[in-house]
Amino acid sequence: MSRKLLLDKLEIAGIETFAVYRANGGYASVEKALKMAPNDVVEEVKKSGLRGRGGAGFPTGLKWSFIDKKSGRPRYLVVNADESEPGTFKDRFLMEKLPHLLIEGIVTSSFALEANLSFIYIRGEFRWIIKILEKAIAEAKAAGLVGRNILGTGYNLEIVVQTGAGAYICGEETALIESLEGKRGNPRIKPPFPAVSGLYNNPTVVNNVESIATVPWIINNSGDEYAKIGTPKSAGTKLISACGNINNPGVFEIELGLPVEEFIFSPTFCGGIKDGKRMKAVVAGGSSVPILPSGLILKTTNGEPRLMSYESLSDGGFLTGTMLGSGGFIVYDEDQCIVRNTWNFTRFYHHESCGQCSPCREGTGWMERILHNIENGHGKMTDIDLLWDVQRKIEGNTICPLGDAAAWPVAAAIRHFRDEFEWHVREPKECLVRNYGLAESAVASSSLQD
Amino acid sequence: MLAIRTGQKVEFSEATLQKVTEIINRYPEGKQKSALLPLLHLAQDEFGGWLSVEAMDYVGRLLHIQPIEVYEVATFYSMYNMKPVGRFLLEVCQTGPCMIRGAEKLVSQLEQKLNIKKGETTSDGLFTLKTVECLAACGYAPMLQCGEHYHEFLDTEEKVDQLLGELRKRAQVNN
Repeated sequence: MSRKLLLDKLEIAGIETFAVYRANGGYASVEKALKMAPNDVVEEVKKSGLRGRGGAGFPTGLKWSFIDKKSGRPRYLVVNADESEPGTFKDRFLMEKLPHLLIEGIVTSSFALEANLSFIYIRGEFRWIIKILEKAIAEAKAAGLVGRNILGTGYNLEIVVQTGAGAYICGEETALIESLEGKRGNPRIKPPFPAVSGLYNNPTVVNNVESIATVPWIINNSGDEYAKIGTPKSAGTKLISACGNINNPGVFEIELGLPVEEFIFSPTFCGGIKDGKRMKAVVAGGSSVPILPSGLILKTTNGEPRLMSYESLSDGGFLTGTMLGSGGFIVYDEDQCIVRNTWNFTRFYHHESCGQCSPCREGTGWMERILHNIENGHGKMTDIDLLWDVQRKIEGNTICPLGDAAAWPVAAAIRHFRDEFEWHVREPKECLVRNYGLAESAVASSSLQD
Repeated sequence: MLAIRTGQKVEFSEATLQKVTEIINRYPEGKQKSALLPLLHLAQDEFGGWLSVEAMDYVGRLLHIQPIEVYEVATFYSMYNMKPVGRFLLEVCQTGPCMIRGAEKLVSQLEQKLNIKKGETTSDGLFTLKTVECLAACGYAPMLQCGEHYHEFLDTEEKVDQLLGELRKRAQVNN
């Protein structure tokens, strides 16, 4: 279950350079796609079953098919490289190690969309990666694979690296478009969706880095072959960035459908819990997805092994399940305080709220203050119900999903660790939650650990 | 106060102005406002690591947009500094995954060693200490960003001492 489609050439020395990448079969998908009709390229991606790797999991080919090609207006592909979801650092890895894979994916995807100008919107903090990408684009351009008359086919494409400036909200596609237009990153009301009216009010597709980097494999090997990998509803492989209290933090490519237990405890992946401690909880897909106690992340309520896939992780809805999200996998050991972690995440969402919608702007700050009080021993028992009430009033009541992203971690923490919140209120001077509640939720070890 | 007026005239160097032209020409005709964020980065880099009112007005003139259009953008994004910062801006990630791997300890070590609180600048103007939200380095925590560089796995006092020593040395060499 460690099949590699994106990272298969990672170990080749110099693979970040154009010469080595090209000598190892790089840009073959461009050669192939440019001999096809653009709509046939879209069809291959549709057949592959690829779902957007940024977090929402919307089918990529379907998204492409919404683009309005008949109006004759310019079309744009915008690659979302504004990676800022706590727990997620896989796009950074991909761009740093395999920049030409992304550029190849952009050329192939832009051709499918009949776009002549594409942007990589990258978070401004990744300054060294911006240089890597600009160098890769220049190399590809010098070789006739970007720019005018690509491979003599008459197809033209310019790629621009656009720098953000530190705003998590710009990971949301319409906020990203606003930012790319030189404005505050305030999300737009949808509809219209970007495929109809996006960048400069023209048809636009916004895709995550990993999604676009997957396109070359699909075109080289066919959508049908890609669909055979993984599970029926979660095709292909996925990059997972694993962090927290584990022995091997890092970025792993997994075949979707890998058992969660194997991912956490196998030496091939996370390598088990650090310092021989017990596992308490996991956030499986970036900070915005619901946290699950150990028992529920390893097994569904039916007692079946939980798998690393869209459908298995969400089994049971938010009552007993979570989401694959962006693949930001955070593991907590028995010493971690869920109240403190929830307060930390809520502070993040308060800081990153764009301020457009009252429920998000005011609600995230309200939750942060309540959680800060509980964490610091000044909470009341009624605060827990108030917290529940505030998060309920944020969820679903904002222009963009940041409100949901702020509400879900709070809801899940109360749902699965309410006793820990109550302990903080009852015993304000002791954070004995460190070991509290483990009897039900923690796992001591796994046969896969050694 | 959201921004500071210095009364000083600012102007990009010839080399930077050439870069400005290249950036502006990337976008379709009439969509040059898209260059605002990249130009604000250039201004911050060239004018001492922060954006004065004069610097923002200058960028606005280059793009033929109103000053308010620049102010509202500059104050929205956390990478733009609205007041002077030290020569080395140390930005420690404090979000969840970094917190559970020791970010709070890293901040308190830096506060102690630099004799400042977060948000402050050392009296010699060398270091400003700041906490920031997620920098996408969760697997390599605790960490801080200084300029272009990510300094990761800062989990011991020795590593923090070594980093500060290297930065001080760099400041001496460049003086």
